[in-house]
Amino acid sequence: MSPRPGFVLEVDRSTPPTLFWHGESFRLERLPTGSRVLYPPEPIEAAADPVGAIRHALLHPLGDAEPLPALLRPGMRLTIAFDDVSLPLPPMRSPDARQLVIEQVLDLAAEAGVDDVVLICALALHRRLTEAELRHAVGDRVYDAFEPHGLLQQHDAEDPDNLIHLGLTDHGEDVEINKRAATSDLLVYVNINLVAMDGGHKSVATGLASYRSLRHHHNAKTMQHSRSFMDQHRSELHSSNWRMGRLIADAGVKVFQIETNLNTDTFPPQLRFLERREWEWSGRDRAAFLATSAALARTPDRLARSIFHSVRSPYRITSVQAGEVEAVHARTTENVYAQQLVAVDGQTDILTLGLPYICPYNVNSIMNPILVACLGLGYFFNMYRGRPLVREGGVVIMSHPTPWAFHPGHHPSYIDFFEQVLAETTDPAEVGKYEEAYATDPWYVHLYRTGNAYHGVHPFYMWYWCAHALEHLGGVIIVGGDRAAVRRLGFTPASTMADALEMAGDIVGRDPSLTHLHSPPLLMADVS
Amino acid sequence: MKGLVVERSLPRFAAARLLSSLGGSGTSAAVGPLRLTDLDAPALPAPGWHRVRPLLAGICGSDLATLDGRSSRYFEDVVSFPFVPGHEVVGVVEEDPADQAGADDGPLAPGTRVVVEPVLGCTARGIEPPCPACAERRVGGCERVAFGHIAPGLQIGFCADTGGGWSHAGLVAHGTQLHRVPDSLSDDDAVMVEPTACAVHAALAGGVEPGDTVAVLGGGTVGLTTTAALRQLATPGALLVGAKYPHQRELAGELGADLAVTPAQLARAVRRRSRSLTTSGHLTGGADVVVDCVGSADSLAQSLAIVRPRGRVVLVGMPGRVSLDLAPLWHREVSLAGAYAYGTERSGRSVRRTFDIAMEVVAAARLGRLVSARYPLERFEEAVAHAGAAGRRGAVKVVFEMHPHRRKGPS
Repeated sequence: MSPRPGFVLEVDRSTPPTLFWHGESFRLERLPTGSRVLYPPEPIEAAADPVGAIRHALLHPLGDAEPLPALLRPGMRLTIAFDDVSLPLPPMRSPDARQLVIEQVLDLAAEAGVDDVVLICALALHRRLTEAELRHAVGDRVYDAFEPHGLLQQHDAEDPDNLIHLGLTDHGEDVEINKRAATSDLLVYVNINLVAMDGGHKSVATGLASYRSLRHHHNAKTMQHSRSFMDQHRSELHSSNWRMGRLIADAGVKVFQIETNLNTDTFPPQLRFLERREWEWSGRDRAAFLATSAALARTPDRLARSIFHSVRSPYRITSVQAGEVEAVHARTTENVYAQQLVAVDGQTDILTLGLPYICPYNVNSIMNPILVACLGLGYFFNMYRGRPLVREGGVVIMSHPTPWAFHPGHHPSYIDFFEQVLAETTDPAEVGKYEEAYATDPWYVHLYRTGNAYHGVHPFYMWYWCAHALEHLGGVIIVGGDRAAVRRLGFTPASTMADALEMAGDIVGRDPSLTHLHSPPLLMADVS
Repeated sequence: MKGLVVERSLPRFAAARLLSSLGGSGTSAAVGPLRLTDLDAPALPAPGWHRVRPLLAGICGSDLATLDGRSSRYFEDVVSFPFVPGHEVVGVVEEDPADQAGADDGPLAPGTRVVVEPVLGCTARGIEPPCPACAERRVGGCERVAFGHIAPGLQIGFCADTGGGWSHAGLVAHGTQLHRVPDSLSDDDAVMVEPTACAVHAALAGGVEPGDTVAVLGGGTVGLTTTAALRQLATPGALLVGAKYPHQRELAGELGADLAVTPAQLARAVRRRSRSLTTSGHLTGGADVVVDCVGSADSLAQSLAIVRPRGRVVLVGMPGRVSLDLAPLWHREVSLAGAYAYGTERSGRSVRRTFDIAMEVVAAARLGRLVSARYPLERFEEAVAHAGAAGRRGAVKVVFEMHPHRRKGPS
């Protein structure tokens, strides 16, 4: 049976309560009659032979590119860069897609007699991966062969000796990327494409860049002009990355891009009810939901976090594309849309979101309030093509506990950002006045380079990610959140969904339309 | 006339210490050494002394430490029992002394509103020649506080012969201890002059240079008056305050703090400002000057953790016996200075009395706003409990109101 497409349910009196993610727990909410619930398409069929699909892609590249074996020769410098721990979410079961691809590339390199090979995790200003995370991404065999010899590296955007300035785009944007990657005879980039924002020129131009380069597109103005950043043709974020990517190519950096699409088979069997539509829940689904909810209610937050972060997703590779960056990414994006797009007729006054325990920046970590804002207003709000799901002046209601809690090792500058910057202003344009100080703070630089900390400037980027939504919306309400933390974000706390709807009514008027984004699994609204 | 007296009663001090350790500061008034009793007006010890009838008398942290039985035993020989507490006093001169001597600036007519500079230095004690500190009018450094023609006592409010502010019977003070209150200051402002004088002395003891980063620990009366004094008397590049309660942080901001945060956030704020790294919980750089207005082991440890190498920690909050790792003080060559009371302050060639400067700071910062609650003496147990829980209860300064009908100025 072929997978069913996404679905827009209109709530009526017989509709069962709707499941909302609420951090490391869930809520069942009875939405007003007439509300719409957007359900994601079911996972599309996986590639029957992922290794074969990878091999095929490497031998049959897209665009103006030669097959990978033709690009490999003895004596050459080969660099293989790969996406970091922020993808996919949750982390996928072993073997990770990156491992499968990298092993294939290395096999071909070995066959061609290439012996100068370096692997670089393209983490941009994200935190360095732990050994366990690296092993998960590339596999034990690759890790053990490369890491002990210093050949499995993590990009260091603060290492002046290993950065190279390739020039300025015609918009005056600095392009400064990893020197080893840029000076190799061939740079193979291994990507995982979970959402439409990922991949393309963004892989190298962002993943291997320095702050000097990133600041040109990671800012409030760019994000306000990316509508949305999930739609690369209407995204200034992507326009800037594309300009940089083309400059990188013009500078002589030869990039062989490998992109993988995953289906949306997101949760293991014990959490499979999360992927089902509530009225179709079986007795087993109901039992699983009740048992899980009851257990979580009695579980300390820290343990619940640990349990959820141990979840490994059964994602499967659906397709692999390789070759020239833009041709590859065009095909990849088509595939993302095929998996995730749901046609939606018109906008809504109120958009409700249940926010889960994880976002790209808190893998094995705490979802701090800034990341809550970013997940809701950055990612989910922007999961649209055409027009935002919620109308201008509308309200987003998010459900999340939003604890005033931070991982001091992963997010040190977030703590300061929350205590200092957001205490003064929540305007994305205004927070920028602190950016330079955070970006160059020697303590943050030290922790980024030697520990597992996100770069000092990273919380600013999270806030910029919200810029489009903050400009567009009339209000943001968080249900069940820590009230002080929610207020610090500039949002309105509400105890219950009913309270939130009443508050939202004060902004958008009585009898508002309401749409709930039933995600994850991920979906992207194609709003007419 | 009714007044409050502290008696030397070891069982009562022990009971107070036990109860306050369980219930918190100020909760032991019912069993502690303080009692309400009938008192006679204290005798004038010598010519040059005046009777002062208190209008408002504040409850200070040092008073609470005494009533809680937590005071350091260091003070045993410089206090004489029984004594009437109350050294933060605005009052009225009651009668002319026989020799018609006045304050430093002339005779004091009956009815003159004054604030009391309570330190009992050599002049008040009739000691001639005065000790070197008193010769320079730095009475806070007096070497003779246990000697002379009156009983031992650091200050009025801790001396058996002088009375104190917590009594309708009034107190006696030497003319050199009295400062006229200008009409522009309300009684609430005036009762804040003595604690503000301590703050002025501390702020100036910090030796803050223009542009320095200064951190203040504590958001009680001492912390807030010190914040005001630093803002008015120095030009710090950044004045950062760590205060536990929201109202304290709000007031700190109003009084001139560039940033007021919780104590837990202060180290991060100083680190950001100084762009320090961190090792073993200590900043590698840090604030140029830290003013500790708490005086606990924790606050001292935090002070040492956030002051820069060769920086200065000024201890204003009254400490007791503390256990502290002084390795960072040694290794980083930090100066740790106490700042007690007041006297005179030197700036270049100019020397001014601390109280005169404090009056200006009080007026400019409208520090009368820090008076949060007034109690009659008869409700002393409630008053002391309120003062002991001032932060939690949204208060700053709790005072005894001796003559409500005489209260002057806006509250």
